Amino acid sequence: MSTDSAHGEANSSLPSRLRSRFEGPNTIGDSRGFWVGFLVAVAALAVYPLFGDGSQLSLFMVLALLGLSLSVVWGYSGVLSFGQVVFFGIGAYTFGVVSINFATPGGITAAVIAGIVGGGVSAAILGYFMFYGGVRDVYVTIITLVSTIVLHTFMAQTAGSEWAIGEAALGGFNGMPDIPLLTLGVGEASYQFIYNPFPMRIIGIGAVEISPFYYLVLALLVGAYLGLRALVNSDYGRVMVAVREDEDRTEMFGYNVTRVKFVVFTLGGALAGLSGVLYAARNVYIDPTVFSLLFATLPVIWVSLGGRKSLLGAVVATLGVEYLRISMAGELALVLLGSLLLVTILVLPGGFVPWVHQQIVEARLGPGEAGGADAPDASSEVSD
Amino acid sequence: MSDTETESDIDSLGPNVRQTAAELATGDRTETLLQTDGLVKQFGGFTATDDVDFSVAEGELRCLIGPNGAGKSTLLNLITGSYEATDGSIYYNGHDITDLDPHERVSRGISMKFQVPSVYGDLSVRENVRLPVQQFADGEERRRLVAEAIEAAGLTGYEDVDAGQLSHGQQQQLEIGMAAALEPDLLLLDEPVAGLDVAEREAIAERITRLNEEQGIAFVVIEHDTDFVANIAEEVTVLHNGEVFREGPIEEIESDPEVQRIYLGGES
Repeated sequence: MSTDSAHGEANSSLPSRLRSRFEGPNTIGDSRGFWVGFLVAVAALAVYPLFGDGSQLSLFMVLALLGLSLSVVWGYSGVLSFGQVVFFGIGAYTFGVVSINFATPGGITAAVIAGIVGGGVSAAILGYFMFYGGVRDVYVTIITLVSTIVLHTFMAQTAGSEWAIGEAALGGFNGMPDIPLLTLGVGEASYQFIYNPFPMRIIGIGAVEISPFYYLVLALLVGAYLGLRALVNSDYGRVMVAVREDEDRTEMFGYNVTRVKFVVFTLGGALAGLSGVLYAARNVYIDPTVFSLLFATLPVIWVSLGGRKSLLGAVVATLGVEYLRISMAGELALVLLGSLLLVTILVLPGGFVPWVHQQIVEARLGPGEAGGADAPDASSEVSD
Repeated sequence: MSDTETESDIDSLGPNVRQTAAELATGDRTETLLQTDGLVKQFGGFTATDDVDFSVAEGELRCLIGPNGAGKSTLLNLITGSYEATDGSIYYNGHDITDLDPHERVSRGISMKFQVPSVYGDLSVRENVRLPVQQFADGEERRRLVAEAIEAAGLTGYEDVDAGQLSHGQQQQLEIGMAAALEPDLLLLDEPVAGLDVAEREAIAERITRLNEEQGIAFVVIEHDTDFVANIAEEVTVLHNGEVFREGPIEEIESDPEVQRIYLGGES
């Protein structure tokens, strides 16, 4: 019965103690079945490029990082931000500008860090003025939405030659081409992740070439997911959820609610910045469409469909929606997306993944016995 | 804060305070815990509290009564920092806390239960209670304190139930338990028995009395029910039109014709 014993020191074996860091009432999947499913899913993603289009899936996984950034900011802390693409775009442009000006392995590595820091710092600046200025609720949403429109308008008019930072021309709507190939490391001790296929021979399949970028993104996505799981199930995560549920009540427990929102918003900005860096690195190109209204809306759709209070939901929905969007290029995809969003809000306001999880738990325990998200003994979980 | 600053704070209390700086300095048994000095709160042209001097001694259980719109909840919100005072000062343990944020006041020992039960409905009872406790306890001690708080609230067996599924009375008990789990010196309760039946009222009254007597927590309780007030408190402050109208023992207040008149609406 006790969650403390289920998630705490009572579990003495190493795997149990390790697992307890990533489990708690704020995430679905507190069973061995979930983790087996998780490993199978990661393994499936790892072998996918041998059979399918790894390049396309790498794009979806990059965007899943953006979805995660909104899940932690909105789903866990209650700050509905339409501005994740602002930090995404700033991360991407910062990476482009720095890497074009310092096109050495060390310079490109620094550009990656600069992109992440750029996303985080821009979120910190916007967050500081909003949260410490007393802006709350829907007004935060409006300000973040306006921020995307301002940046879209601004970047669109940077076509002139005067809009250049060192060697890097911003390029207006034409965008910023010729971003150097993503290379991490310094000098000789570096590795190029883009356009550098790694040849392999696999028994039963034959000669294949795998993209190191794909595996870099997969590792970062798994790392970000597990890191955020640990965060939201920590004491700090409990405070984040409390802020989402009731700011005034949480303040009256002695927590600095403003600082919590500021910190989480900054973290979300840095994660969106990382996503933007990888997006620009994959495409070796970036343009202002990342600040467009459609692109700003997509993370909200991913997270709403998947379940805003579920990190797994954000990842699964991003991969699914983007697959759908690319497969059905054109306006039909947008109509379908809009319909899906409407149906989800009306029928499954908690999102798709938590609903599937609940069905599995109830099927296992029988109706009436399932304890919801906080049922520590409920086995078997969603494995996307 | 240094001694000099403390003395300066006490000196600045002015002549209106119930307890003098000299009494505070001599460590009188009933040391003032909370003191408001000429507290004013205006909402636009409306004055919700007007020049309120109000004090609570350490370990005191004081009820705050008055007709609707008297400024009771406003006064509590000024004490917690949820509202910013238009004028006047608030002293706590001799320190000026007027400009502190709510969470800073809580860290100094003030805790509050809101008028509408404000538990986290989507979180389990255990998660609710962990929030205040996790700030100062870890590991085994945290588990013990959480279990004790849940037991004191009469919610043993409900640990994994979402707080939103509890009855109104259970939510009131849970919120008092959460506020008390902070181990405050002063606990502010805004209508803790509103909407409860007789048995639930008695349970809450017993709980408040026990916390006051056993843990020495001082209380300010807003309540309309004079029977409940008489049951738990000896001293009562009556607010009317944002001002302190009467202060004294409950027996005197109950029989005061002027108090009866403002409650019955005889005054224009």
